[in-house]
Order: sequence, then structure tokens, then C-alpha cells
Amino acid sequence: MTSTRRTDARRKARSRTPAASPHGANALSLRIPEPKARPGEMLDFGNLRLSEAGSVTRPPIDAAARDLRDLAFALIRVLDKDGRAVGPWAPTLAPDALKRALEAMMLTRAFDDRMYRAQRQGKTSFYMKCAGEEAVAVGQAMALERDDMCFPTYRQQGLLITRGYPLVDMMNQVLSNAHDPLKGRQLPVLYSSREYGVFSISGNLGTQFSQAVGWAMASAYKGARRIAAAWIGDGSTAEGDFHHALTFAAVYRAPAVLNVVNNQWAISSFHGIAGDADAPFASRAIGYGLPALRVDGNDLLAVYAATAWAVERARANLGATLIEHVTYRAEGHSTSDDPSQYRPAEEAAAWPLGDPIRRLKQHLISVGHWSEEEHGALEKKLIETVRAAGKEAESHGALNSGSRPSIATMFEDVYKHPPWHLREQRQQLGV
Amino acid sequence: MATMNMIQALNSAMDVMLGRDPDVLIFGEDVGFFGGVFRATEGLQKKYGLERCFDTPIAEGGLIGVAVGMGAYGLRPVVEIQFADYIYPAYDQIVSEVARLRYRSAGQFCAPMTIRTPYGGGIFGGQTHSQSVEALFTHVAGLKVVVPSNPYDAKGLLISAIEDDDPVIFLEPKRIYNGPFDGHHDRPILPWSKHPASEAPEGYYTVPLGEARTMRAGSAVTVLAYGTMVHVALAAAEESGVDAEVIDLRTLWPVDIEAITASVRKTGRCVIVHEATRTSGFGAELSALVQERCFYHLEAPIERVAGWDTPYPHAFEWEYFPGPGRVAAALKRTAEA
Repeated sequence: MTSTRRTDARRKARSRTPAASPHGANALSLRIPEPKARPGEMLDFGNLRLSEAGSVTRPPIDAAARDLRDLAFALIRVLDKDGRAVGPWAPTLAPDALKRALEAMMLTRAFDDRMYRAQRQGKTSFYMKCAGEEAVAVGQAMALERDDMCFPTYRQQGLLITRGYPLVDMMNQVLSNAHDPLKGRQLPVLYSSREYGVFSISGNLGTQFSQAVGWAMASAYKGARRIAAAWIGDGSTAEGDFHHALTFAAVYRAPAVLNVVNNQWAISSFHGIAGDADAPFASRAIGYGLPALRVDGNDLLAVYAATAWAVERARANLGATLIEHVTYRAEGHSTSDDPSQYRPAEEAAAWPLGDPIRRLKQHLISVGHWSEEEHGALEKKLIETVRAAGKEAESHGALNSGSRPSIATMFEDVYKHPPWHLREQRQQLGV
Repeated sequence: MATMNMIQALNSAMDVMLGRDPDVLIFGEDVGFFGGVFRATEGLQKKYGLERCFDTPIAEGGLIGVAVGMGAYGLRPVVEIQFADYIYPAYDQIVSEVARLRYRSAGQFCAPMTIRTPYGGGIFGGQTHSQSVEALFTHVAGLKVVVPSNPYDAKGLLISAIEDDDPVIFLEPKRIYNGPFDGHHDRPILPWSKHPASEAPEGYYTVPLGEARTMRAGSAVTVLAYGTMVHVALAAAEESGVDAEVIDLRTLWPVDIEAITASVRKTGRCVIVHEATRTSGFGAELSALVQERCFYHLEAPIERVAGWDTPYPHAFEWEYFPGPGRVAAALKRTAEA
């Protein structure tokens, strides 16, 4: 009751005409968008457009973009509320593949939990979890070929984990220790692995989107078979790089899968600050002449199926697809953030699309390939795996204790060969 | 050997590299069918095909972002920004991505691109077609910055830049595309064909990055210059009667520090000239380097002759442009101090 009253008062305050205007009721008024609910207010997911699981048609991969416009406003969902896979988008994934997906999501979450604690214990400066969004990176990594190049943001750690990148190396990077593959040069979680097809992650948001298109153009120019995939957050779609990527992808028919991970929040700004809340991010593709898919990002089967469609289309030389993954950032933006300051604390638990791990688990159990006991045992095993990796990584040092990368390497890789001024500066530092 | 103006020399460099390396691609606004607004890429699309030399949308940030991805794949993009004044929308991609990719990925990825762009004044281009942007890039760790002053160097330096594994900002002094210009705007225009540096081999050759060239030997004062200002400085040396040693830096960064210090230690005096605005211009860095390394050889304060600290004014081209009169006066002051 109290919170409803507060919500009403705030909405009223929002719509009032400036008292000072001599134009009275005819005066213009500036709209500053606000989310449906702030801390202490009633939860309201009224902005979220949903479709029934299985209700969205699956067009052929060579359909013309102009015939696919409805898909930008629908929501592709495979798993229904009972965990059954329904409708034309239901992929044919073997039970073993689904179990691998579940394991990768659970491993990602266990990894995040440990590294979050490591930051709280002062072992590193910073960490970012992807809790609630695991299905996006894991499902997409499974739909891409191993040598397709990924241009992720900082919240797709599931790509590296699904591709089998060593957990210890990820941790070494987060800890900036002596074995950090990036030699202590990057903020934690801004991984890079050419070997595993994951491009160097930038802290400047959005830049990777046009870079992925360039990589895809290069692959097409060389007559290769590899495609590129890129991710961007809902907030960063407002950057020019998003527009550049879609423009170049459309003009040059680049073989790329371009993903908007709409996790509802860009730090403290809701998705309606990045664009009109009534226009799904997927619908932006329409003006560029690109096909768009809007997908339940917490439904691993839907994410996999939509990505597989876009991958097949790109590899058939039919160009790029924009996929919006509707998901929810279940925790803070980073270890430096406190989301209880700007959104209702209950919002994550009440998110209408649920939790991706719980939903896939429910599906596997419902089809008879999984059990609570197996799930509990796997969870324990993964926590132990992560713990062991953590111990090993910490034996190589951490940001403020133990071994660090060699300080002399600070001056390397600025250029291929250090010019005179860097050789001189290294001498000045005495290393 | 052939006689080339600077545009022809740049075109020849790209022609040579397109022929030698299938991973070289050329793109930018209007560079394809049309051959660029200054004609630097004329005929290349016809000779090598659409996909080797093509037009891009008017999106400088986009075309540099795309070039980063291509570089990461293993290509060697050579991109044209139509005017240096238009490079700012690409600044984030250049500074945060192009320059740092090798470093931040610990050498896993690099973006070996050449960014060609016409810069500088003397053409009545107003604020948006006359700027000198070099200091915005010499300040960025990870970039190389090159400025040729004649056709022979333009071709040899551009080939070196394309072959270099680091990103290169290749600034082309557009006032001297078609002929050397000594700042005497009221005199007849000279074509490059009358200048010895217009003689250049038709095939492959390089001028190494990081090496300055002494254009005029002298004993009284060292002049550090690049681009159009090399020609202005040479004219000022003749007209002032000061026996100046004029050094064409050619590569601004990493600069040829040995050539600079050797000359200033010999002459004991130094004048730095550039078109760019004075405050925090590249001349400030040069001045600091000379002071740090040659202080006990200096017999006079280091002088800077530069563009005034105003936006480039359309109607006052010649009051703004640091012409031979201003340079000659600085030479005399410094030589007599």
C-alpha cells in the first residue's frame, strides 16, 4: 500500500507542467524516462513484451529481411513453463549437449562467485559477474564453430568457459599475477585469447561491434568460412559504434552475428534511457535492412536456436543478423556497484523469464535425462573444480601480494619493437 | 625513374603495395570508383577490382573500427580520412583501440593499418579543411606519425608505413600535393616537375620510418620542420641570410632524436616551425627534447614559429599561416641572440 502510494506520487510529479511556464496547459514539457519501479516501489514488468513459448514462426534462413520484421517485436521462446521444449524453434540437441550447456552455465556461475569473493577479500581490484545471463554466452558458443571469432563485452565470460579456456588462466588475468596472460595490463575480466577465438575486450563500450564487422568482411574477402560474432549491452547500443556496425554490416553483407544483450540495466540506467522503451532493440535492425530476432535470453534452447539460424544464414553468405537477448542482470554492474540504490531488490528474483540454469535443469529433468541428485552432485563438483583452480592461480600471486608480471614487460608491445624513448624510459625506471 | 607529383607518388605507392600483397585493402570515402577527392586512389579500383579499393559510408569511426577487425584478421588496411579535420569521430577507435590493441592483448592481436589523411593549410579551406592534427596522435602511445614533404619521400614512406606492423598516421600536407610551396602565396605556383624530389622509381622502394633528413646543411641555427613548412623554412633560410641547417623530420614519432641532437649540438641554436596551433603543439615536445639533451650546447632560447592559437580563419589565411617572413625573423633573432 505504502509503495503503491509512493509510486503514484512519483508518477504524478513526473507529469506535472512546469509551474513557471506562461503557456500553462499548452506548454511543452520535457520527458525524462524513468523505469516502472524504483527501490521500495511495486514491481512492474509492464514494459516487457512476451510471446508464448513455441508461438513464433521459424522462417527459412534465406528469407528476405523485409519478410522478417515481425520477429523483431515477438519473443522467441522454446521452453514453456513446465520446462518442455515446444514450437518450431525447438532445436535438436542431444541430451549430452544439453548437459554440457548446463555444466558450462553452472561452471560460469561458480567461477563468478569465487572471483567475486576474491575481490571482496582484496585479492584483486575489480570483478564483474554475469549472473542470470549465462545462457547467452554459453548457448551462443555452442551454436558457433570453434574458430568463429567472438568480439564480446565484459559479461560473456561463458564464451571462454564453454570453449574450454583454462579457468586458471582466467583467474590469473583477474588476479593480475605472474602468470597473467595479459601481463598485468588489463583491468580484471577484460580477457583476450586469440587461440580460443575471443577478441581482446575493451573497456570503451561498443567499439568491438564495428570491429567484428571488419573481421567478418576480412573473412569474406579471403573467401574463408569463418564468421564473426559480437555482443553489446542495451546501454551501449546508443553509441555510434552500434550504428556503424549495422551500417557496414548491411552495406557489405558481412557474415556476422550481432547480439544486443538487453539485461535491462546499464549500471543504474534502465533500458529506456538507451532508446525508447516501446521499441525493442531488435527492431533497430529493420531500418538497416537486416533481419532481427528477439529471443528469450534466459532460455538456452531459444538462444541456441536463434543463434544457429543466424550462423547458418551468415555462413550461407546471406549477411548479418541482429539478435536481441532479453535477459536480466541479476546482480550489480560490477563489484563497485550497489543496485539496491536504484532498483527494487526483489526485481531479479521476480524476473518473468526466470533463471537460465533453473530452466534448463527443469527441462532436462522433465525429459528424463537429469535429476536433483545429479544436479546437486555436479554443483558440488564444479565448486570444487573452481576452488582447486583458485588455489593454483593464487599460488602465482595476486594484485597486491605474491608474484606479479615482470615490470620490464610494461614497456613491451606498445610497438612491435620498443623505440628509443621506451628503451630510455625503461632504463629510467631501472628495470 | 619517373617524374611524379605527390598525389602520383602516393598513388604509385598504393599501386605497388596492392600488387605485392593481396592482404592490402584500400578504402575510405569516395576513394573507389572516383579515386578520392584529391585523386590519390585514381585508377586503383579499375586495376585491382572492387574489393581491393572501395567506397565506405561517411562514418570515420566506423571505417577505422572495421579496419581494426580486418587488421586483427591479418589484413593490412590502408584507409583514407578525406580531411584530417574529419578524423575526430574516429578518435576513440584510434586512441583506445588501434593504438593499444597490441599492448592490451599482450601481442595476441594488432591493428597494422595505415591511416592516410590530407592535413594543413594554405588552400583557403577554412576551419574544417586546414587543421594540423599531428599532436593529437604523437601524444598517443602506440601510434607512429609520418609526414612527407616531397614526392620521393611520400612514396617511400607510404610503402614503409603499409609494411609496418604498427599503426601509422600518415599525414599528407595537401598544399604541396601538386607542387612545392614556400609560403610566398603571391608568387606563381611551381609544379613538382621542376623539383629534384619529384624523381622517383616507378616500382618498389622504401624510405625508412624514424629517419630525418637534412635538407640544407648550415652552421648558425638548426630548423626542425616537416610537411609544407620544410619548404617555407628553406626559403626563409635563403632570404634571411642566416646559415640555417634545415631538418625535415619526416617521421614525427618515433622522432629521429639523434639527428636532432647532433645538429643542435653543432649549431647551438634551434627554431621549430609547424603550421599547427602553438600551445601543446608538437613543437613543445621538440623544444623539451632539445632542452633536455642539448641544454649545455644552447646559446640562445629555442624559438617556436607556429599557427596562432585560434581556429583556422578562412579570410586570414596568410596572416595565420606561418610564412617565410615569420620564420626568417625567428632565424635572425635566434642567430643573433
